[in-house]
Amino acid sequence: MPDSTRAFVISNELPTLGLRALESRSGLWRILRTGAGRVGIAITGGLLAVALLAGRIAPAGPFTSVGLPLTAPTLAHPMGTDDLGRDVLSGVVHGTRTSILLAILVSLLSGALGIAVGSTAAWQGRRVDDALMRFTEFVQIVPRFFLAVIVVAVFGPGLDRLVLLLGLTSWPWIARVARAEVLSLKQQEFVEAARSLGAGQARVLLREVLPNALPPVVVVLSLTAASVILIEAGLSFLGLGDPDVVSLGYLANNAQRFLRVAWWMAAFPGAAIALAVLGLNLLGDGLNEGLNPRAGR
Amino acid sequence: MAGLLVLNFCIIHLAPGDPAIALGGEHGDAAYYAFLRSRFGLDRPLPEQLLTYVSNVLHGDLGTSFVHGRSVTRVIAERVPATLLLVGTALVLSSVAGVALGILAAGFRRRSVGVTLNVAALLGYATPSFWLGQIALLALAVGTGLFPVQGMTDARHPQTGLAHLADVLHHLVLPAVVLAINELALTMRLVRTGLLEALGADYVRAARAKGLPEALVVRHALRNVMLPVLTVIGSRAGMFLSGAVLVEVVFAWPGLGRLLLSSLLSRDYPVLLGMFLIMSVGVVLANLITDLTYARLDPRIRYQ
Repeated sequence: MPDSTRAFVISNELPTLGLRALESRSGLWRILRTGAGRVGIAITGGLLAVALLAGRIAPAGPFTSVGLPLTAPTLAHPMGTDDLGRDVLSGVVHGTRTSILLAILVSLLSGALGIAVGSTAAWQGRRVDDALMRFTEFVQIVPRFFLAVIVVAVFGPGLDRLVLLLGLTSWPWIARVARAEVLSLKQQEFVEAARSLGAGQARVLLREVLPNALPPVVVVLSLTAASVILIEAGLSFLGLGDPDVVSLGYLANNAQRFLRVAWWMAAFPGAAIALAVLGLNLLGDGLNEGLNPRAGR
Repeated sequence: MAGLLVLNFCIIHLAPGDPAIALGGEHGDAAYYAFLRSRFGLDRPLPEQLLTYVSNVLHGDLGTSFVHGRSVTRVIAERVPATLLLVGTALVLSSVAGVALGILAAGFRRRSVGVTLNVAALLGYATPSFWLGQIALLALAVGTGLFPVQGMTDARHPQTGLAHLADVLHHLVLPAVVLAINELALTMRLVRTGLLEALGADYVRAARAKGLPEALVVRHALRNVMLPVLTVIGSRAGMFLSGAVLVEVVFAWPGLGRLLLSSLLSRDYPVLLGMFLIMSVGVVLANLITDLTYARLDPRIRYQ
């Protein structure tokens, strides 16, 4: 590359880099400015902290018997104890950790798959697009919850297969959003500019198009994480959770048998699920309003 | 549909354990296993087995239940009416109330009514249906005795005729409302945002400028708002059905959810796989109905 061109490339890249940093900073600021975003970040952050510090908050562990069975909430056990004298608070804390871990892993897997499928479809166009989108529609129509029920029933429970299963079935929505974004970005002038500077296909897609396509995908990801938490809770509620790992649905399942004598066993785990889902949904709302200028009030 | 059948077939065949051993016991001799395999066609090549399976399903034959000893189709068909009653009631409830509350929330958006509705919708959407069921059961059925706790009819006082209908409806109230809450919250939010956006559009300004009464203006706008709302309701059929399953378990409603739970406990694979197929068909049908209704509502969409 002759020196003059190189100088042009560098001078062309510097301002965009600066602009991007500015944009992302103002993006975060805009999320924080929306009420939904603030509450969402607070709740999600709080639950993340609980998940990370689960061992510190409840060192006894969720499976250790610490008191008399079925005692109502007291100062020592603010959420009461269950039928085996285990601390419900400890169960909720460790259960939150399980739910959040699952949500993060599934989001990563389905996010990667969705972005790969969606952007490939949009970038290649024509037949590849047709084939990939038909396949996406097929996966989208498979009822995730029932598939999970069958797979867990046949192959036995386990977090690993749940991550795989939900990750492999949760990506269609992400793929559709990614495809729509890449399709519209493909026509933009800055992409044309990068191409005419001699950048290869992969470089244009990965460095120019994808970073700009990410914001709407992140919104969908936060909603996917929320739905994953609900699905896991539902599965464990049916008794399909991993019996060696405490989760919020496992606690709710256990509570169903003692519903009339121990309301606290049902109330707190359920509230934790609702809080986590609410936090992620609000975060999604905030991200949407902050990152998408059209969604203003 | 074909894809779903193949998926189902793959799950059966990837399942751990040899069916011949499961049927013939662990200590049978090799000749007996061979007999079992040829008796059930397990020695045929996989593609041929797949064809047999597909043709059986297309003829309405989903196999025989391990536990009930009867055809899976029959076992499932017995439970469908109860689930349809629950799901249908909840769907009507959530759609009608969701649209009504959405209009209300859009109308009062800056006032306390609107804000309260908005917060309630967020909470309603985030609450898992089974937990809401547990709480409602504790508070309204066990606590006040206003509603029956579980089941579909009162076993102590069997009724006939109209009294039976009233009994069923009385038992239906709580599970249907609980199941409806999630969808209601979502429908309401969609209607609210859609209406707020539509009311700022040019055609609404034109309608107002013509001096149309406000109720008529909202009706114009609503017609456009309903399209995305309908798509979302239709595309959530799977979530709705899984919610129904969980609510049925909480309230001991004798539908597909209870069958699913009992089949899970007894590892009745033919029933489980049959139910997965039925639920998938349900979801596909719901999408089809959505598309057709869409075409009716929007004159620009026509199917050949």
